[in-house]
Amino acid sequence: MSVTAAIVERPPPQARGWPRSRIIGYALVGLWIAFGLGIVAYLIFAWNAEFFAKYAPAYLKGLGVTLSLVAISMVLGAILSVPVAYGRMSNNPILSGLAYCYVYFFRGTPLLVQTFLVYYGLGSFRPELQTVGLWWFFREAFYCGVFAFALNTAAYQAEILRGAIESVPRGQWEGAASLGLHKLQTLRKIILPQALIVALRPYGNELILMIKASAIVAIITVYDLMGQAKLAFANSFDIQAYIWVAIVYLVMVEILRHGVEWIERRITIHLKR
Amino acid sequence: MRIALRIALAASAALLTLGVAQAQEKTLRIGTEGAYPPFNNLTADGQLVGFDIDIAKALCDEMKVKCTFVAQDWDGIIPALQAGKFDAIVASMSITPERAEKVDFTHKYYNTPSALAAPKDTTLKGVTKEDLAGKTVGVATTTTHFNYASKTYTDSTIKGYPSSPEEQADLANGRLDAIQDDIVVLSQWLDTPDGACCKILGTPNPQPVEIFGPGAGIAVRKGETDLVNQFNAAIGAIRANGKYKEINDKYFKFDVYGGES
Repeated sequence: MSVTAAIVERPPPQARGWPRSRIIGYALVGLWIAFGLGIVAYLIFAWNAEFFAKYAPAYLKGLGVTLSLVAISMVLGAILSVPVAYGRMSNNPILSGLAYCYVYFFRGTPLLVQTFLVYYGLGSFRPELQTVGLWWFFREAFYCGVFAFALNTAAYQAEILRGAIESVPRGQWEGAASLGLHKLQTLRKIILPQALIVALRPYGNELILMIKASAIVAIITVYDLMGQAKLAFANSFDIQAYIWVAIVYLVMVEILRHGVEWIERRITIHLKR
Repeated sequence: MRIALRIALAASAALLTLGVAQAQEKTLRIGTEGAYPPFNNLTADGQLVGFDIDIAKALCDEMKVKCTFVAQDWDGIIPALQAGKFDAIVASMSITPERAEKVDFTHKYYNTPSALAAPKDTTLKGVTKEDLAGKTVGVATTTTHFNYASKTYTDSTIKGYPSSPEEQADLANGRLDAIQDDIVVLSQWLDTPDGACCKILGTPNPQPVEIFGPGAGIAVRKGETDLVNQFNAAIGAIRANGKYKEINDKYFKFDVYGGES
């Protein structure tokens, strides 16, 4: 009889009364649920098949523009962020100074201002741009948007990359060096695989921020998702135009958030005990 | 349960302040855009000036009420009126059927035609659909000009801008072949150094009343018939007593009121 399963001693369950924090918690959750139901009820109440038939294709087109804008900018920004991150970590004062100024400027000013500077600011230098043969690029609002967004996200991605690489302990570099590995090999085979795990969350956040920030291009005449919503609103004066667009953004962000979580679960599987 | 009760009370108090209609005061709040010179413009030191503002002041004097002015982005000007941020829109708003579903309008207080402007060295010959086929036309969105352009110039690319200064800047920058706007707004801009690049290309003819409406009116919230009547009486009064002509002549060389309707 001595070979019984060990009885795990647990602390007694907490008494489930109605402390103040619990009441507030329920009240707040209730408020949010009511708010959400209110929106759903409004959309059902205001359901307008005509509105949907008229504007849904336009929204889809806008969604395509938004997605391609964000995808192109993110990739270009990622490429550009490598030399910037290298500069930030460099011991060369000129390189690191330049990279610091770049990051300082693009993180310290609103994306809206940067987009305006590129679109209207560079636009006023048409003769000069035509001489160097770049006007065809800056003539198009979409390209201007991609240009501003890529420069902006490169600054953020460079900081993400730098932080992630610096989060890997120095001992890893020293260990690799003692094994005779080349610096680039060390970076590729030892440092980056560890750093990218750390970087995944911030990258996911940056992508989500970019998706939401991309609505800015609507005011430089790009008909992205937000631009189409503005147009739909201009024609119908129906606030649904903006509610639907908010829902589409919400769904996009939610999908991305879950995607990032899924990737994280997969790549940290060796860290789970 | 004290806390829950307090929260409920606070919430209902907040709802009440939001929901209850503004108490009738002697002050009338006028909403305008402030980016549509010479009709309404926000100066560098934050003053609202222009034809709309002067007309509104004259109407308020006539109606014996005190008026304050609020500058509001064009895209959100009707929702802001409905939300009670101000009581009337005096912002060169054309009276159109779509807008009339959301707000009530007074009679027109002026009516000027829509026109297109283009660079001085343009190869464009006119302003018909065929003339502009394959070209890029810039127009401020949520305007009658935009509605006309997107219905008429179906073979052209229509680019939508938040307000007139942006479309003008982009025409000067050379991104656009033409812009469409009120002829007075365009003329005013063409007289400035920034507008030196460009000229009036022409005025679309005919200008369908179902798109452009009978002219610019004052918008108030639906159902405020008293306010509409007061404004209409005041418009008639300043037309009759010469005040309108005085303001008109301060800004324009011709009568912007248009024909009697």
